[in-house]
Amino acid sequence: MAALRVLVGVKRVIDFAVKVRVAPGGAAVQTQGVKHSLNPFCEIALEEAVRLREAGAATEVVVATLGTKASQETLRTALAMGADRAVLAELAEGAAAGPREVAVALAALARRLQPQLVLLGKQAIDDDCNQTGQILAAILDWPQGTFASRVSLEPGAVQVQREVDGGLETLRLRLPAVLTADLRLNEPRYATLPNIMKAKKKPLEVVPAADLGVPAGPPRLRLLQLQEPPPRAGGEKVESVESLLGKLRHAGRI
Amino acid sequence: MVNAVTAPRQGTAREHDQRHWWEPGPSARAAVACGWSHLKPPLPPDFVQALRAVVGAPNVSTATAVREQHGHDESMHPCAPPDAVVWPQAVGQVQELAALCHRRRVPMVPFGTGTGLEGGVNAVQGGVCFDLSRMDAIAELSLEDFSVTVEPGVTRKALNKHLRGTGLWFPVDPGADASLCGMAATGASGTNAVRYGTMRPNVLNLRVVLPDGRLLHTAGPGRQPRKRAAGYDLTSLFVGSEGTLGFLTQATLRLHPLPEATAVTIASFPGVGAAVACTVQVLQAAVPVARIEFLDEVMADACSRFSGMGLPVAATLLLELHGSRRSLAEQQQQMEEIVQQNGGSSLAWAEGLEEREKLWSMRHNAWYAALALRPGCQGYSTDVCVPISRLPDVVVETKQDLQASSLTGPMVGHVGDGNFHCILVFNSQDPEEAQRIHAFTQRLGRRALAAGGTCTGEHGVGLGKRALLQEELGQEGLDTLRSIKAALDPHNLMNPGKVL
Repeated sequence: MAALRVLVGVKRVIDFAVKVRVAPGGAAVQTQGVKHSLNPFCEIALEEAVRLREAGAATEVVVATLGTKASQETLRTALAMGADRAVLAELAEGAAAGPREVAVALAALARRLQPQLVLLGKQAIDDDCNQTGQILAAILDWPQGTFASRVSLEPGAVQVQREVDGGLETLRLRLPAVLTADLRLNEPRYATLPNIMKAKKKPLEVVPAADLGVPAGPPRLRLLQLQEPPPRAGGEKVESVESLLGKLRHAGRI
Repeated sequence: MVNAVTAPRQGTAREHDQRHWWEPGPSARAAVACGWSHLKPPLPPDFVQALRAVVGAPNVSTATAVREQHGHDESMHPCAPPDAVVWPQAVGQVQELAALCHRRRVPMVPFGTGTGLEGGVNAVQGGVCFDLSRMDAIAELSLEDFSVTVEPGVTRKALNKHLRGTGLWFPVDPGADASLCGMAATGASGTNAVRYGTMRPNVLNLRVVLPDGRLLHTAGPGRQPRKRAAGYDLTSLFVGSEGTLGFLTQATLRLHPLPEATAVTIASFPGVGAAVACTVQVLQAAVPVARIEFLDEVMADACSRFSGMGLPVAATLLLELHGSRRSLAEQQQQMEEIVQQNGGSSLAWAEGLEEREKLWSMRHNAWYAALALRPGCQGYSTDVCVPISRLPDVVVETKQDLQASSLTGPMVGHVGDGNFHCILVFNSQDPEEAQRIHAFTQRLGRRALAAGGTCTGEHGVGLGKRALLQEELGQEGLDTLRSIKAALDPHNLMNPGKVL
């Protein structure tokens, strides 16, 4: 069978169950000592890639991320879920990156590794940007199938069912292509202990981000300010309809 | 109405000082025990102020809606609201609040998720409800020791999500997404108990706040050896104590490795007896089955229709196997042979995650599927557990009893443990049917006891099974329990009216 390599881009994010707090200064969220994990949509993308390999449609799954050294842990989890090898495009401690920077790094890796398919999560749960896959496809000038809820490979092409506002749309894209995974694509597996052990021995390559053309300096997308929503005020019981209307008018609601 | 709350017993049960802060006379006491707590005066304002001083005013509530919400669980027992609800944020606050209630002789009721099935949180004597859900730390996760420490606000699903990526899981899975400390308090079990055990063997240590506010670590502070022979087993004493001995403010749990491979299948049988006999044989063949769940034909039909699955209307077993790829293949073969020998249908194995989840959620919706059989009615679940050897007889007799009593009671069960539930669906407004239900459950409880089993395999005693507990343990057993209760809670402040 012809070699069909899948490149999966993943992101290390604050775990979905954590109550996120704004750090003093209002310019970032608190990340020190906070639980991080693999972005749920990236997990779904990775699961799809591993299933393609298990079904014999793909021959190798390479997982990659742009991040600081801490992202190595995330890559090991991805390897435990079934990826064959991993690449860390390493940023310096404290450096930040946005969708454009990630897309530049993944594009450089794609040129190096020559995958037929790039799978990403549709968005990260920390910034909800939903841009990386689209920017990457533009840089590489490859077709894109975003919000994928079903993927099937054919010789030289991939059929993608997309979740769009009006319902479901099915596209056939020539390979190589970029796909982003939506929630209903699959249910990702849990890493088991034997696979976690095996993952420790799988290759993990570290490449400085600058070598992949990621520009130094602040990301293109600048975060201006963060603030928590106002605390919830208690409700109030009123005695009559007139009183209710009065209060609503007073609050400017009617 | 099936109201199983009874008036307080006279005689030996009242040996210790049970006068509470408002010193009721005997008729008021009886009224209170029946849940008529509105006849009691509310808590004195200075006491409520003292509660606020410990946890802050936003964490104390005497609002009616809040109290009513905390006065019932998922059982049929009528709501018995506490006089106040408090939300401690740390164990030190739990201790201070307990000491305060102890000084003023105010009853205390621990509250986790309110998902119990035996009225365990109903404040039948009023008092203060300690809602522990804001204490939700997960700490001391050790991947090498397979242990983790959780506070009452952590539910079993939240813990397993937290463990994602570690290769470990906590397998005890009662139907609800219950608080783990609450599960420890009721000695909960679930579909995986046949292979992984119930709560009791999976709790290594408990941090308990005693009724007077003292802090007790049942296996010693900061310890979680996998086995110990050091003194009386206090951990096991507090597991299943249903809030009557102290507050379980932290539990150290035993984790298990996730299975490498899992396979699930459904088998239909010509009759209830064949399905149950098949279960017995699977266990005797020492197949390390992970889950073996039974649905009688009424339940199978109800579940199938509720979840749109199209199962045959027959006694059914839902089976799950865990293991490595190779051992799974061996187990599957053994299982197929045994099922065929008992006249079961041929097996189609589901191995993908989505398929397996679909089958199990059909089973987990059993409660709702049963209620859908008679819309507008209420449900009550029985919970007997008998030795495996007696299971076929007890199940068949129970089914005959259901038919003879004209009751709607689809059966579902963790037959691997000898435990099954009749989900009785009845019209609570019809006193005659309620009477038949009550009589049926008494007969069922006694049938289980006569077969050498227990009246409650996993739900607990709570309000409704105290009389059966007496029959099950005998006078000496019950007296011993009362001595222990008197030693730890001499003023009967911890969840009074439950268990004993």
